[in-house]
Amino acid sequence: MMSDGNLDLPEILTGEHFTTGNHATAEGALAVGCKFFGGYPITPSSEIAEHMALRLPRVNGHFVQFEDELASIIGILGARWGGYKSMTATSGPGYSLMVENIGLGMMTETPCVIINVQRGGPSTGLPTLVGQQDIMQTKWGAHGDFEPIVLCPSSVQECFELAVQAFNYAEQYRLPVTVLMDEILGHMSEKLIIPDRSKIKRVNTKKPNVPPEEYLPYKPDKDLVPPMAIAGDGYNIMVTGLTHDERGYPVLNVETQEKLVRRINDKIRKNKDKIIILEEYMLDDAEIAILSFGSVARAAKGAVNRAREKGIKAGLLRLVTIWPFPDERIEALANQVKTILVPEINYGQITREVERTTHGKTNVKGLFKMGAIHNPQEILSEIEKCT
Amino acid sequence: MGRIEIRFAGFGGQGIGLLGRLLGEAVSLYEEGKNSVMTQSYGPESRGGASSTDVVIDTIEIDYPKATELDYFVVLSEEAYQKYIPKLKKGGILFVEEDLVTLDDQANKAKKIFKIPATKIAETLGSRLFANIAMLGFVCANTEGIVSEEALTQVMKEKIKAKYVEKNLIAFQKGKEYKQE
Repeated sequence: MMSDGNLDLPEILTGEHFTTGNHATAEGALAVGCKFFGGYPITPSSEIAEHMALRLPRVNGHFVQFEDELASIIGILGARWGGYKSMTATSGPGYSLMVENIGLGMMTETPCVIINVQRGGPSTGLPTLVGQQDIMQTKWGAHGDFEPIVLCPSSVQECFELAVQAFNYAEQYRLPVTVLMDEILGHMSEKLIIPDRSKIKRVNTKKPNVPPEEYLPYKPDKDLVPPMAIAGDGYNIMVTGLTHDERGYPVLNVETQEKLVRRINDKIRKNKDKIIILEEYMLDDAEIAILSFGSVARAAKGAVNRAREKGIKAGLLRLVTIWPFPDERIEALANQVKTILVPEINYGQITREVERTTHGKTNVKGLFKMGAIHNPQEILSEIEKCT
Repeated sequence: MGRIEIRFAGFGGQGIGLLGRLLGEAVSLYEEGKNSVMTQSYGPESRGGASSTDVVIDTIEIDYPKATELDYFVVLSEEAYQKYIPKLKKGGILFVEEDLVTLDDQANKAKKIFKIPATKIAETLGSRLFANIAMLGFVCANTEGIVSEEALTQVMKEKIKAKYVEKNLIAFQKGKEYKQE
């Protein structure tokens, strides 16, 4: 469909397509108004960059292939201050290189989107096989305190939808938002329905509602998010990674640090109910819950269906939003079910969070796998062991 | 209809990936009430000889996107046959390019084997490049309930470069009409 050599395509490809998660993500970004891509190709995310290179210049956007990932993340931060909705795409090793300046994006409250198509790690690891090993890196990668927003699709359709959602959260709350995809989703093809332009929500940062002489670029509204003026709007702006006051001037004291760091965290913490997206499947009467995310959640749902056919009361809680973590929902689930099974393609990153949030009220069991997704039968076998 | 798993395999350059894309798209977009997921061999696995693509088809949401036990195995090279034949489930159906694959009855649990000289048929159209589509026509004619000729034809017209469409449609017809000896 999309890259069959036909280059005169509109910004939004409304209609039905059969395509990969990587292309769906790129189209989601275009549909929500992304106009700048800065990146450095890396397996298994490269098709996103390739697709953006093909499409962006033809819809009045810009594509830059930078010299590395450090430049890529800095490039997209700068592009947003220049007025372009911006993104990059990478995989674990590239994300590792970006974390320092994802921290800069958090501190300067710069909306942008980072797609991480996960492969196996640590280090260069397993370039062509799937992983879910960057969960904690997206939370704790950069130094200092911040509350990230991280989304995790499970289908090609959701790759499109969450690319849109990631930009909208980034604009609404003013921060870099990460989408954690994985190699399987990035490369598999299935049906994608792109809605009409009028059905695609586009959120933009609030603009200043005061004259330039009264504008304080980091003075928040009640929602703790400051309106954003960009270069050329006629307002004075300061952008610094140092602790700054509402004018944006570095003020290196305790009071300013208290105020700023609490606010950039609280703007997410206090809005987390609006940010957290979950899918609940057959949980109402469940005695065993599977908590899953990403491509593995597909197999988890298959296992729930098979368990139900055998009369086992199993259900699925799927994390669409990974961070902020849905502590309260999981705690409530712990009061209901005997066991929470957590299949993940790593050595226990989300399992540890589930243990933290359930306070020993239920049995938490991780089902870890490296380099491949679990099949429904494997998960079903674990469910059967728990009954 | 339950879950159906099909693998196309051969060597690089035979257009194996295209077969997966054509079938996957034909089912997803033009077969009412059916879903499909297509994956391709990737990375070191796809370097060197064998190339493969899997299509999973179902009337319900497809949970596991990869093939586990093949219902159908469509193979156009000896190396791919040797590599993947153990994946064909007992009672599965095998399609082979008969001039390029030597069947090994020990390894082969197929219930039924369909053989076609797809490359020779393609050569009558001027290029062996049409062998994949001849094979697709043959598969379409000898399977039930997977995909219709109309859906595949529609997708071929959309996906294949305009100047090659006509010959590919002829190759498809020749494959479809081929009667095994």
